[in-house]
Amino acid sequence: MTTWNVRVNGREVSVEAPPMARVLDVLRESLGLTGSKEGCGEGECGSCTVLLDGRPTCACLVPIFQVEGRELCTVEGVAGTELDPLQRVMIEAGGVQCGACTPGIVVSLRALLDRDPRPTRAAVRESIAGNLCRCTGYERILRAVEELVGSEEADA
Amino acid sequence: MALSSPLSPLGQSPPRPDGPGKVTGATRYLDDLEVPGVWYGATVRSKVAAGRIRRVDGDAARALGAVVVTAADLPGPNVLKVIAEDWPVLAAERVEHVAQPIALVAAPTRELARRAAAAVVVEVDAEPAVFETTDPATTLPSGRDRVLASCRSARGDASGALANPAVVVVEGVYSTGHQEHVYIEPQGALAIPDREGHFEVIGSIQCPYYVHGALEHLFGPGSVRVRQAPTGGGFGGKEEFPDMLCAHVALLARASGHPVKIVYERSEDINGTTKRHPSRVRVRTGHAPDGTLLAVEIDAVLDGGAFITLSPVVLSRAVLHAAGPYRCENVTIEGRALATNTAPNGAFRGFGAPQTQFAMERHMDRAARALGLDPLTIRARNAYRPGDVTPTGQVLGDDTSALECLRVAAERADFLRRWTLHERARAAFHLRGLPAPGIGLSLFWHGTGFTGNGERKMRSPVRLALLADGAVEIRVAATDFGQGTEVVLAQIVADALGCELARVRFAEPDTDRVPDSGPTVASRTVSVVGSALFEAGQLLANELARAGGVVADLLAGQDELVVEAHYEPDPTTDFDEATYQGTAYAAYGYGCDVVEVEVCPDSLATTVQRALFVADVGHAIHPVLCAGQLEGGALQAIGQGTIEEMRLENGRYLQDRLTSYLIPTAQDAPDMETILLEHPSTMGPAGAKGVGELPADGGAPAVIAAIENATGIACGDAPATAERLLADLLAGHVVPGGSSVDPFGLELAR
Ligand code: FES
Ligand code: FES
Repeated sequence: MTTWNVRVNGREVSVEAPPMARVLDVLRESLGLTGSKEGCGEGECGSCTVLLDGRPTCACLVPIFQVEGRELCTVEGVAGTELDPLQRVMIEAGGVQCGACTPGIVVSLRALLDRDPRPTRAAVRESIAGNLCRCTGYERILRAVEELVGSEEADA
Repeated sequence: MALSSPLSPLGQSPPRPDGPGKVTGATRYLDDLEVPGVWYGATVRSKVAAGRIRRVDGDAARALGAVVVTAADLPGPNVLKVIAEDWPVLAAERVEHVAQPIALVAAPTRELARRAAAAVVVEVDAEPAVFETTDPATTLPSGRDRVLASCRSARGDASGALANPAVVVVEGVYSTGHQEHVYIEPQGALAIPDREGHFEVIGSIQCPYYVHGALEHLFGPGSVRVRQAPTGGGFGGKEEFPDMLCAHVALLARASGHPVKIVYERSEDINGTTKRHPSRVRVRTGHAPDGTLLAVEIDAVLDGGAFITLSPVVLSRAVLHAAGPYRCENVTIEGRALATNTAPNGAFRGFGAPQTQFAMERHMDRAARALGLDPLTIRARNAYRPGDVTPTGQVLGDDTSALECLRVAAERADFLRRWTLHERARAAFHLRGLPAPGIGLSLFWHGTGFTGNGERKMRSPVRLALLADGAVEIRVAATDFGQGTEVVLAQIVADALGCELARVRFAEPDTDRVPDSGPTVASRTVSVVGSALFEAGQLLANELARAGGVVADLLAGQDELVVEAHYEPDPTTDFDEATYQGTAYAAYGYGCDVVEVEVCPDSLATTVQRALFVADVGHAIHPVLCAGQLEGGALQAIGQGTIEEMRLENGRYLQDRLTSYLIPTAQDAPDMETILLEHPSTMGPAGAKGVGELPADGGAPAVIAAIENATGIACGDAPATAERLLADLLAGHVVPGGSSVDPFGLELAR
C-alpha cells in the first residue's frame, strides 16, 4: 500500500492503494464516488469516463500511480449543489434513459463544451464516440447539446 | 373521464423523476450499494459445449477460505422453472453449453473469490456438440429432444394457390445471427440472508416476480423478498436470465451466512447469458402481376440454445408476426425452435418478431424486383387496411395504420424518387472510389402485450395507495430499466385522478410491497399495467369525491387507503392455442423505417447517414420518451443489420467482449427523425399501443435494403458485414440489373 495525493473534484485527497490499483476502483471503493461505472473494464464503453487534468479518460485503464499529483474530475464534480444546465437539458431532451452511460457522457460533454462552447453536431458525436449508449440511439443526446447551445446563444 | 381535460398530463413530456440522480451520478445501481459484510461470488463454468461431468472438487477453494456450492448442495429441485423444467441451476451430470455454471464460490474479497473459482477442479469428458439447425434429425449428446417447440398458423390454401400456373412465385431463404443485448450495466445481484433462512434479493432485473417464483421453487414458499435496484438497461436480457443469477447469490448467501454479491464482468456476461435467437426463414410467396399477394408460405427455424427457457413463446410471436403487415387470403406459417449446444437464447426486444419480419421484408424487396416493381408500390398494394383479416382470422380494427405509416414515411423521405435515382445511377456505371448512396425501407407491425389469452390468465392486479399527506403511490411490479415507466405511469394516474403530477409517486418494485402486475416485457407496461392503473385511479377519484375531496376524512385514521384494479381484456375476444385462430393481440402498433446509407465500393463498409422512423403508437403519452424508445430500438436493429456479428467456434462466441462485439457508437449512428402517428387502439389508456419493441422489427431490413439500393448486392442475412456482402457478391447474389461495386476491379457480377 502506498499513499497517493490526488486532487479529486477540487479537493486534495490522500488515499492508500497499491500502485497498480485502477483509478476506477479507488474512486468507487476508497472514495465512495460511485457515479463512475464499470461497463467493460477495458476501455471500450466509456461508462467510467473521468477528466484527468481536464481530458476525458477511462478510469478503468489508468493505474493510481499515474495520477499522483494530478487532478481528477468525476461526474459528482461536474455540478455543485444544483444541476448544471447541461444536466438539466439532458433530462428534458430525453438524453437519459437507463442512465448507465449517463455519467460518462455528461463528463465527456462537459469537457467538450469547456473547450468549444458551440460545437458542431459532428464534434458532439466525436466527443462521445468513446461512450457507448445502448438505450437512446444518441439522437436525443445530440439534441440536448443543440438545445443548450441554442438557448445560451439566445441568452447572449 | 378526464382524458380530454385541457389540464391532462397526457401528451406532455414532463422531466423524468429519476433524471437528476442519473445525471449527477447519485443513483445507486446494484454495484454501487454499500452492504456491510458483503462477500463476493464467482462462477465456475464449463469450458466445453457438451460433455459428461466426471468430477467437481472444491477442496482447494475451501482451503483458501471460500465457500463452494455445487449441484449436490441444492436445497430444492435443480431447476429454474420458466416454461418447462429443464434449465439447471448448476450443471450436475452433464454440461450442455460453454460457460454453463457448474459450481459457485464466495469469499470476503473479489480477488479471493476469483482465485477460489480458479482452484475448483472440474473434469469433464467432452462429447461432440451440435450447433447447426439445418437437420432436426441430428441427436444431441444428452439424447434430449431437439425440437424445443413448434407451432403452425394457417388460413386459406397457400399450397393450392402457389400451384396455380398464373401465379408468380418468388422464393428466398433469409437468416439472422446471435445478437447480444449489451445493456451497459452488466447483470448483477445481491442476496442478504437472515437468521430464519430467508433472503432479501436485490437485482438488476426486469421481473421481480419471476425471480421470486424461481427462488421459492428452490428454497420453498415464504423464503424470499425480491427488490429491483435501479437497472442500467435490459432489452429482454434481464427478463429470465436473472432467475439464475439471483438463485446463485441466494445459494451462496445460504452457504456462507453473509450477504453475497455477483456482478458479471463483461465477457462473462456475454458468454454466459442469453442472446437473440438466430433464425433461418424460408419464404415463398405467390403474386398477381401487379404485386398483390395471393399466397404466403413461411417456414421459420429458431436456434433455441441448450434449454427450452422462453423459446416456445418467442417462437409463437415469431410465427404470428411472420407474414408482416400484409393482407393475404392464403397463408401457412410453420415454426420450430431447435436445441443446440449454446447458452439458451432468450428474450430480446421484439421477441422473435424481428427475425421473421426481417425475412418477410427482405423478401418483399426480392418479390418487387422479380415483378418489376419498386419497394414502395409492392408494400402499398398489400399493406393491411382496417377490416382486413390476419392469418389467425382476427379482423383488424379502425386503428390499422400500416398504409398510413408507409405513406407518411415515403412522402417525408421522398423515397420513390431517390430510390429510383440510385437504381439508375447504379445501372449506369461502376462505382470506384466514390461512396455509393442508397435508401431502403421497411414496413412492420408489433402486437401489444402478451400473446393470445396471456393477459386474461394474468389479470394483472395493480394498486394505488392514498397516503396521509395526500400523495398517491403507484404499487406495481412494472420496472423501469430506462423506459421512463415512473413518469409515464404517474401521468396516467394523475390524469385519472385529475390531480397534479407531483402528487403521484412510484413505489420501488419490491415483492413485499407491490402486487404481481406481471413481468415488464412484451411492450405491456403502458398498455396493460397503465390501463389497470387508470381504472384504479378512477376508483380512487370516486372515493375521494364521496369524501368531498378531504383526504383525512377518507383515511379515517388509517395510514393509507389502498385501491386495487385488474387489467381486463375485451371479453368478446379469444385465442385458441391449438388451432392458432382468434385474437392474437389486443392491439397492433405499425411502423415504417427509411434508412439512408453510403457504401464504400472498395471496402464495402457501410455508413448509415440518416434514418426516418414513422410509428403509430396509438397515443403518445410522453412524446419525448416515446421517440427515445423508437430511436434507441431502431439503432439496436440497425446494429443487428450491419455490424453486430457473433460467430461460434467450438461453441464459444468469438465476439465475447466489447473490443470484438461492436455496437453502434455516436459516430456510427445516423441523424434521426421520428414521426409519431396516433391511431388510438381500444386497449391501452387513451388508446396507447405498445412502443418498446416495435422499433426492433424495422431497422435491420431497412438498412440492408438501402445497401442493396446502393450496391446491387442482394443480401438476405443479418448482419450484412463487409465480409458478408463480398461473399454475396462473389456468389452472384445480386439484383437483376447487376452490382455496381467491384472491389477488386475484376468486373464481377455484371
Ligand atoms: S469500464 Fe472503462 S471503458 Fe468500459
Ligand atoms: S441511457 Fe442506457 S445506456 Fe445510455
